[in-house]
Amino acid sequence: MQTNTHSIDISALGRDKRSLSLANEQVAIEVPDLSLYYGQKQALFNVAMNIPKQRVTAFIGPSGCGKSTLLRCFNRMNDLVDGCRIEGAINLDGTNIYRKGEDVADLRRRVGMVFQKPNPFPKSIYENVVYGLRIQGIKQKRVLDETVEWALKGAALWDEVKDRLHESALGLSGGQQQRLVIARTIAVQPEVLLLDEPSSALDPISSLKVEELIYELKAKYTIVIVTHNMQQAARVSDYTAFMYMGKLIEYGDTDTLFTNPAKKQTEDYITGRYG
Amino acid sequence: MKKDSLNTWVKSGTPWIWMNAGAVSIAVIMTLGLLAIIAVRGLAHFWPADVIVADYSMPGAEMRVLAGEVVQAEEVPRARLAASGLPVNVEGGEFMTRELLKVGNREVYGADFSWVVGEWLSNQRTPVELMVLERREWGNFYGYLLNVKEAGQLVAEGEGAWNELQARIDRVDQLHTQISRIEKVEIGRINHGLERLRLKTRQLELNDRLDAAAQADLDAERAQWDAEYRVLEEKLVALQQQFNRDSITVRTADGREQEITLGKVVRAFQPNAMSTPQKLMFYFAKLWEFVSDEPREANTEGGVFPAIFGTVLMTLIMAVIVTPFGVIAAVYLREYAKQGLLTRIIRIAVNNLAGVPSIVYGVFGLGFFVYVLGGSLDRLFYPEAAPAPVFGTPGLMWASLTLAILTLPVVIVATEEGLARIPRMIREGSLALGATKSETLWKVVLPMASPAMMTGLILAVARAAGEVAPLMLVGVVKLAPNLPLNGNYPYLHLDQKIMHLGFHIYDVGFQSPNVEAARPLVYATALLLVLVIAALNFTAIYIRNHLREKYKALDH
Repeated sequence: MQTNTHSIDISALGRDKRSLSLANEQVAIEVPDLSLYYGQKQALFNVAMNIPKQRVTAFIGPSGCGKSTLLRCFNRMNDLVDGCRIEGAINLDGTNIYRKGEDVADLRRRVGMVFQKPNPFPKSIYENVVYGLRIQGIKQKRVLDETVEWALKGAALWDEVKDRLHESALGLSGGQQQRLVIARTIAVQPEVLLLDEPSSALDPISSLKVEELIYELKAKYTIVIVTHNMQQAARVSDYTAFMYMGKLIEYGDTDTLFTNPAKKQTEDYITGRYG
Repeated sequence: MKKDSLNTWVKSGTPWIWMNAGAVSIAVIMTLGLLAIIAVRGLAHFWPADVIVADYSMPGAEMRVLAGEVVQAEEVPRARLAASGLPVNVEGGEFMTRELLKVGNREVYGADFSWVVGEWLSNQRTPVELMVLERREWGNFYGYLLNVKEAGQLVAEGEGAWNELQARIDRVDQLHTQISRIEKVEIGRINHGLERLRLKTRQLELNDRLDAAAQADLDAERAQWDAEYRVLEEKLVALQQQFNRDSITVRTADGREQEITLGKVVRAFQPNAMSTPQKLMFYFAKLWEFVSDEPREANTEGGVFPAIFGTVLMTLIMAVIVTPFGVIAAVYLREYAKQGLLTRIIRIAVNNLAGVPSIVYGVFGLGFFVYVLGGSLDRLFYPEAAPAPVFGTPGLMWASLTLAILTLPVVIVATEEGLARIPRMIREGSLALGATKSETLWKVVLPMASPAMMTGLILAVARAAGEVAPLMLVGVVKLAPNLPLNGNYPYLHLDQKIMHLGFHIYDVGFQSPNVEAARPLVYATALLLVLVIAALNFTAIYIRNHLREKYKALDH
């Protein structure tokens, strides 16, 4: 069980080092062949990958390489961008989320997303967590109370906020806010969690807490994380995808990718020659 | 060298700071100066100034004794006075003092005010027993009290007369309250009932359903109203008799004696005998009367309560109408409409709407709301009232609607700005939790934009409450017999005409038969209008700050 300690031992995050192989994993999200355009400009070029179930998959690459864009395809957040067009399909549990008649709101409930900057609503902590449930029309106080407790415990925030659930969420620190946002996201019980640089705006301690949390959450959710921080990718992920200029360059289990990359571009990037 | 230092001084930016500071100071000084002028001129009016008595001997005319308040004094060139036909001695200083005296006694002298030449006044004194009567008609009376009579019988004379008079004025005051209550409220209720009965009869007649049974019902009801009216009428006649029972005999400063019925007297006071605390108490009583009472004497006396009430009520109804319209329009423009040429044109149109002269809105309101909309409403729903219009005539509803259109651009622009300021992250956070666009709008975006909406509303109220020109066409009158909100069904009378402080200023200042008496009231009413608008604004600002605190945006 997660303990609330402020000194975090990184070795506690030690992964199960059994040999991981994409071929042996169950597939959560299947991307056969995806291209994406912003107006005339192509941002993703024929990306093909399978995201494994209940594993942490990290996207790394230099700024503007398309990793966030790809991530935002998984819950159709790109729909909000004017002039964004997609060619290809993304299959979640075997159904194409870009098919006609797809319920986008329900898709986004099933595929939760946490953003770069903490974005709690200007409401109380409690109301932030139950927001998704209220949207679904759940009104029973007992259900809501229970959800708040387990979601906040799940996000390792319960002990810090249990006495001030009805105070404004804006009074929390940045790290607490980010964990609150994660609690809010898991409260609607998604299948997949998309994390878009979740700790880039946080201090190192808060950042480690979030990493610790990602490790905990892996047991229940498929997690896809975009990060700039290669150490973070190496620490938290099982699989890593390296992207460059809108193309998926290399994709494999994290240890292999970091220790023995197959492509020259990957090696250049992780050894810091560019990016 | 000198030029260099001037250059560096200009480059340092100091002149710009001085210029900006200067502009701000001028604005502040002008605002404060304006407020000070209307405050001083308006508020001084209620002070019970000493009344002087003096001998006035114009050369070549008989000496007469004048009594009155000095309202104004000015220096006038001797030549001009001579040119105006006054028998001025051409020798002497270049300027002469001319004083404006409020002499009252309109029924005796024909006018309340009289200009006198200071040089010809002599033997000025302020006798303590000089009395001022404030009357329900004919303005003030200045003179001496001789005796008090009850039904023609002498009750008090000389020393005791003053106290006797005060006691009897109190009694008359109570009677007056009762009478006006009966006249305004109870008889008003009966008239209202009878009018509704008449309309009901007419309605049945129009629908061909006025059979014998219905007719009998209506007659019975009418008989009931009539009976009630007769009871009230008797009561009223008895009260009127009581009201006019007492009278006083008075003598003017120049010795004419006269009898005045006490029913006509509002209050009597001896300003020359009053101490400063007494004067202060009197002053505040007059101020209170001004804000709480109804106007008398063609709006030049009494209070302005109906105008305050009308202004506030109309502004509130305007706010209730304009907020939903403005917010819905802004939400559509910002959130739903495809941003393109069309929305740009609409935005330009909305912004230009704010620059249209307000009288144009008045004309539009009269043409469209009053005649077209109101006329149609009358034809559809009030055929029984024809040919008298119900909504087809200027009234509260149309005044509020016209002002709502006038202020719509302000609310739209402010709301749009508020919507634009909400961080994208917040919207995405809501959408990512499975909320639809409209759920996100209702639960997150609109609450967070509410301070901006309030800002729009504040600007709208500030503009609407001070607007007069369009109202003259769509619903404001000089004197409204009833408040638009009263005890008669349906309580809020949207079809009634209202009084308005802004129009009251215009009416008192420029349409009044008694210019001199009205002038201080113009200032006092202007001050009150400023205060009412400030109060409305401060309330809105208070609510906005409260909302801002609640929904303060993420700032990190």
